[in-house]
Amino acid sequence: MNDIWAGLGSAFWLIVTGDPDLIEITLRSLQVSVSALVIASLIALPFGTWLAIRRFRFRRATIAALNALMGLPPVVVGLIVYLLLSRSGPFGVLGLLFTPTAMIIAQVIIITPLIASITHQAMRELWAEYHDLLISLNTSNWQRVRTLIYDGRRALLTASLAGFGRAIGEVGAIMIVGGNIDHATRVLTTAIALETGKGDFALALGLGFVLIALALIVNFAIHVLSRTEREGRW
Amino acid sequence: MTLTAKLKDVCVKRQHKTILGPISYDLNPAGITIVLGPNGAGKTTFLKVLHGVERLSSGHMTWSVSDDEARASQAYVFQSPIMLRRTVRQNLAFPLQLVGMPKAQIAERVESWAQKIGLAQALEVSAPRLSGGEKQKLALARALIREPKVVFLDEPCANLDGRSTREIEALLIKANEAGTSIIMTTHHIGQAKRLAENVIFLLDGKIHDSDAAASFFTTSRTAEAGAFLAGDIVE
Repeated sequence: MNDIWAGLGSAFWLIVTGDPDLIEITLRSLQVSVSALVIASLIALPFGTWLAIRRFRFRRATIAALNALMGLPPVVVGLIVYLLLSRSGPFGVLGLLFTPTAMIIAQVIIITPLIASITHQAMRELWAEYHDLLISLNTSNWQRVRTLIYDGRRALLTASLAGFGRAIGEVGAIMIVGGNIDHATRVLTTAIALETGKGDFALALGLGFVLIALALIVNFAIHVLSRTEREGRW
Repeated sequence: MTLTAKLKDVCVKRQHKTILGPISYDLNPAGITIVLGPNGAGKTTFLKVLHGVERLSSGHMTWSVSDDEARASQAYVFQSPIMLRRTVRQNLAFPLQLVGMPKAQIAERVESWAQKIGLAQALEVSAPRLSGGEKQKLALARALIREPKVVFLDEPCANLDGRSTREIEALLIKANEAGTSIIMTTHHIGQAKRLAENVIFLLDGKIHDSDAAASFFTTSRTAEAGAFLAGDIVE
């Protein structure tokens, strides 16, 4: 219990004193996770919607694979990305290993199936509602996808936030591909792992509280900006 | 160019059960054509076949223009109006945005149609929150706003009160006067008598009779149509 109080005190102190290291790793956490979220959303939202409206031969298998990929072990993703980006790997020449870019790549791979799968579930219901109307209006596939994404944007926001939640709290993959290098690839989660390893539980907890607060602030900010849960609005 | 349709041995089956057909028929949609028949006669399927949104099990149906041209010059109003999860204004603008109409022109048409259907004060209201009658009027306006040559309506006044029914019928008559052909299903003989210029009588998935309304309602050529008009239960 003492550790929790000490952690709270430590978090409070780090924040009020504007600790430069805390600010740096917090901003890096945001940079990596938000970048991964934007890239993953650009892939997953149209893909999940397209999957809801198109009928093709391996559709069921694709959906099953997508659902299975939601449970991708981050450590394995990290290992694969590591092998691909390492000097002897196919993309070694790019020199991306142990950079924030490598961390973003790993996070994109982890959260894209999650966002796509939630998008597919939400869009399937909306498509059932809109199907006859959009068919009768002679819409193209692209117009259908755009309409569903626009009208289902609240559900898609939830899908993206779920992806952000997973990205910001992810540690296994980014530890492997980022290396937790001070002032280079250290983010909140890897810093927590490091401080826990060193036995500095108060600082680790302090960073943990900052991480939780960050996730909550981003969620609230997005809800406020997108005006969800307002009377009379969809 | 006048839109006409040719149906040749059209048949629609679902799970080995024949829902419609076989039907061979030349349709020349002019004025208001009412597709009349009891529940389960295949009226909705017939309408969807004409609109090209129902897959045929056999036979073929062609319009006098290409499929794309035909679909672009048609609109469809469903029995249960489908509202986009948007405002009334956005619902009205939607079909016009799809064809890339300039924004100023869209705004003008939307205002004009909102006036016509009595929803000018509700343009910023979320469409799914409207009453049943308002939704149906909005769905009809959304179908007519693109000024289609033919509009299909599937029992547009089902579950509506007398006032809403009268308003919908008035809109249909105006649209028809403006040059839009109307093909509408109903099982209300009264409504058919009020609106129809031509009648197609469907029973058990087949066309049992089709004629100009005046002669259909006075001298039906089939016993089934006569029985239906007399108020008997026809199956």
